[in-house]
Amino acid sequence: MSQTGNSAKPRTVRDVVFVDGVRTPFGKAGEKGIYAGTRADDLVVKCIRELMRRNPGLPAERVDEVAIAATTQTGDQGLTIGRTAALLAGLPRSVPGFAIDRMCAGAMTAVTTTASGIGFGAYDVVIAGGVEHMGNHPMGAGADPNPRFMSERIVDPAALNMGNTAENLHDRFPSITKERTDTYAAASQAKLAAAYGKGQIQPDLVPVATMKPGQGWTVNTIDEPPRPGTTVDDLAELRTPFRAHGRVTAGNAAGLNDGATAAVLASAEAAEELGLSVKMRLVSYAFAGVEPEVMGIGPVPATEKALKNAGLGIEDIGLFEINEAFAVQVLSFLDHFGIADDDPRVNRYGGAIAVGHPLASSGVRLMNQLARQFEEDPSVRFGITTMCIGLGMGATVIWENPRHVDYNRYNSYNSEIETSADTESKGAAA
Amino acid sequence: MSAAEFQKLAGLFPDETVTHSYVQDIELPGNAGTFALITLDNGLDHTKPTTLGPNTLVELGRVLEGLKDRAARGEIVGVGVTGKPYFLVAGADLSAVKRLEERDHGLWMAQLGHDVYATLADLGVPSFAFINGLALGGGLEIALQSTYRTVSTGAGALALPEAFIGLVPGWGGVYILPRLIGPENAVKVMIENPLSNNRTLTGPQAFQLGIADAIFEPADFVEQSIAWAAKVIAGEAAPERSNSVDPADPAVAERWAGAVAAGRAFVEAKTSNASPAPAKVLDILEANRTMGKAESATLECETLAELMQTDEFRSTVYAFLDLVQKRSKRPAGAPDRKLARPVTKIGVVGAGLMASQLALLFARQLKVPVVLTDIDQERVDKGVAYVHAEVDKLLGKKRISSDAANRTKALVSGSVAKESFADADFVIEAVFEELNVKKQVFAEVEAIVSPECILATNTSSLSVTAMAEDLQHPERLVGFHFFNPVAVMPLLEIVRAPKTDDAVLATAFELAKGLKKTAVLVKDAAAFVVNRILLRLMGEVIAAFDEGTPAEVADSALRPMGLPMSPFTLSAIVGLPVAQHVQESLHAAFGERFAVSQNLQKLVDNGVKSLWAPGPDGNPVIPADTLALMSFGTAPSTAEEVLRRTQDALAEEIGLMLSEGVVAGPEDIDLCVILGAGWPMFLGGITPYLDRVGASERVNGKRFLAPGIASKPAAG
Repeated sequence: MSQTGNSAKPRTVRDVVFVDGVRTPFGKAGEKGIYAGTRADDLVVKCIRELMRRNPGLPAERVDEVAIAATTQTGDQGLTIGRTAALLAGLPRSVPGFAIDRMCAGAMTAVTTTASGIGFGAYDVVIAGGVEHMGNHPMGAGADPNPRFMSERIVDPAALNMGNTAENLHDRFPSITKERTDTYAAASQAKLAAAYGKGQIQPDLVPVATMKPGQGWTVNTIDEPPRPGTTVDDLAELRTPFRAHGRVTAGNAAGLNDGATAAVLASAEAAEELGLSVKMRLVSYAFAGVEPEVMGIGPVPATEKALKNAGLGIEDIGLFEINEAFAVQVLSFLDHFGIADDDPRVNRYGGAIAVGHPLASSGVRLMNQLARQFEEDPSVRFGITTMCIGLGMGATVIWENPRHVDYNRYNSYNSEIETSADTESKGAAA
Repeated sequence: MSAAEFQKLAGLFPDETVTHSYVQDIELPGNAGTFALITLDNGLDHTKPTTLGPNTLVELGRVLEGLKDRAARGEIVGVGVTGKPYFLVAGADLSAVKRLEERDHGLWMAQLGHDVYATLADLGVPSFAFINGLALGGGLEIALQSTYRTVSTGAGALALPEAFIGLVPGWGGVYILPRLIGPENAVKVMIENPLSNNRTLTGPQAFQLGIADAIFEPADFVEQSIAWAAKVIAGEAAPERSNSVDPADPAVAERWAGAVAAGRAFVEAKTSNASPAPAKVLDILEANRTMGKAESATLECETLAELMQTDEFRSTVYAFLDLVQKRSKRPAGAPDRKLARPVTKIGVVGAGLMASQLALLFARQLKVPVVLTDIDQERVDKGVAYVHAEVDKLLGKKRISSDAANRTKALVSGSVAKESFADADFVIEAVFEELNVKKQVFAEVEAIVSPECILATNTSSLSVTAMAEDLQHPERLVGFHFFNPVAVMPLLEIVRAPKTDDAVLATAFELAKGLKKTAVLVKDAAAFVVNRILLRLMGEVIAAFDEGTPAEVADSALRPMGLPMSPFTLSAIVGLPVAQHVQESLHAAFGERFAVSQNLQKLVDNGVKSLWAPGPDGNPVIPADTLALMSFGTAPSTAEEVLRRTQDALAEEIGLMLSEGVVAGPEDIDLCVILGAGWPMFLGGITPYLDRVGASERVNGKRFLAPGIASKPAAG
């Protein structure tokens, strides 16, 4: 009974699966970074082409949408980058594309938006991803904040600087000390180094050739930002640029980075029809707003909402991929849910503090890593990917591991089932 | 040769734009080892192709020696060579090679290349060329000398153009290519393509021939090439090379000989063996079937050293680089382009074949409305129908899209009323070659168009000045002389009459650029440049024929020049009546230098279209009834005499043209005959040839070009 084409019956919600995801190695923003002189759109193109190569069962003309996120949508990230990247990647001209922005959760929103389209029957297969070349597009460059933000105290101007919001979070949760964030950050570096050592990171990476004046072509195959071997003592030395005698440093926050990600999502039926891999099933997602001044707390309400949508509790979640914009923001989340700082379910491969955070691209990196952890650990049934978002938001997506013994294929809304769809089966999308 | 000699050679070129060899170590996937990737980059943008001069080669050689050492130490498992975006390498630095004054220096240059490339072929680890873009001559030979090759589907021009340039692919190309892709294909690449307007291969064509082992798209060409190299090194991939041959195989030996023979026939047909290089390519190819690579290399170097000293080579570099690539882009005497006015609608007076060809060209290239007019509706309809049919042919051949076809057709309309020119910015006439007819046409047009509208004439032989005489605005008239076939021939003679103003002239040059033509500014003098030279040449040969020289002697006397066709064939293609008509105009203008042949007039009067006709055995003969129409003198010339007489006539005519100021200099004469008459580059157009054979000195007492410009530099 697989449904093909875009002729799914209206109002029939379909299961959405994560087929595959890749990313470029992340680079350090700036003139010395590996992607200085490389275009953002080219980074996206490498990801899309790699996805098509890795999934030869997917005919290019079956891609129904290409949604690419970027926080700054000008220059090499402008001109409707989902469409330009599709054309530059050599996808058929019949494949449409669009650009999308929700700051740090850009790629995550590209995924949820297109996934909703799949669920609704508008698409069978999509490519969703994100890019940020923060070297070419420094954060906030060209932005023109409305003066009413200030005059009417809608948002504290300090909230437009993410570092300040992280200091604010420390103020709100005095129990989260600099020692705790530095310890967390050092662990992130160590976990990433260990994951690299076990070859858990490399399979998701697309090699990217770059050429710089006076150096010639090289091929980048690993992330540039990590500082393996970083100790708590090393971190203690660092400056606190956002506040004198503050707590937030370059060491316990994600850096300024360049990189791109992309993933293939499909309806469960299309994945089966085309023989595509099913690495995760989308269970639910939610976005939530918080005070912009403490934007880092966003994942808390977003996760609560997503759990509620899924009919799950936090205790059902076996793996967490939380974006590490700032260590304090991760710890505020863990504290809220009563999870230990070093809980092994959290960011097994380390996080953005080590690997970097090219804003709009990071959501799919979290998904790639969760998918690999699902593969390694069939005992885990549910995992979440979550992140905080500038101007006070959080995003959470809950995923199910198809390798788990209880993975219920019949959760999908086949026509036989839909008459009894009111059963409160766990994992049913709301 | 020693390193010291190479250094000495490099020292001769302190100003060389050096293409550097940058090395990056790349870790291959799966712990397969370290791959050293060389990028050849001159540090300049895509408008400045990377080339190979002596300093470049010395640096590349040093880098390769270093990598050979590293390979011996087990530090690297493979070496790659690629280029900056759009280029692998555009080949040897010809302007440097042209300046090598001594045979020994040329020999060193040849040996230096071989020395460096030999290292590439003998690194101890496999070498890979990633042909990311243009690869010509020595650039493609870097790839051929590598163990493996990948090519980009986006790579533009791949070729071994040496036979065209006046050299041989003597850095191993002539040895490796026939073994890699078979002797027939090698002849195609090394002989047929260079001698067919210097045709090049695309990446996919090169892959099809077997020049490259793998092909990847440009978007991730370097990444995929390295991934492929890693597989080859790991033994997981191997090229097929289905076209490669073993020269020792007797069947291959037979094919080899056949390919060489076919190549020789091709060269004879194309160049009459007037330039030494193509035959030398075939000589080496023929000889090296039984040679080892090193033995062939010695022969290649000796031949290169010899050819580098020829004036045919130097003339070609002058014609190709200095004229066609450089001078053509900055026409001498053209006014500031800022003076040019926009042209948004064009009128063409006349709807005959020439007028219709012009309408098609304007509509296709300029994409502005074009109106054809003629004296009756039938002619107008025929003209428009011709354009539409030509557009449909282009569509049928998939040269243009159906949208472009619709657009072009819609742009071309016809009318019997010249009022349709009212809003035109540029009106060109292509009516009968008769001064009064043209003057009448312009008088009618001037009554309708705006005072700024430019009027142009496509006359080939009439005075533009006389045409402008009765105009209210004589400053708006300009000569715009195309060559047949209009769509193909790249030359446009832009004729300035005494009153033509700068804005009109600037607009004419901008229009030429929009039409993708090379424009040369000429003074208003009868027949301008190309036709004056061609008719002087034909006139001399026909005069010799009329005096009693046998037709086959007269018509083949100029073969040592390697012109694209014989004089009699040319006059038949132009059309005897047209040729005779123009000759009469020139006779009227210049007197006895342009003799009008009574024999030719009789042929015209009797409707004979060509002197030659196919004989019973297929070879051309002059039919008896054609011969019967003519009478001949009793003073036959030998072929040598006809050739010398023609050389002298050309030297005289060109000398006069230059003193009359018809063009800015001999370079413009050469550019005109190359682009307007298809004269070969090994003649340098024509003036280097006339200098070379001494005609300039004999007739004018001086050369056209100083030694060194298109010839061997003066000693000392």
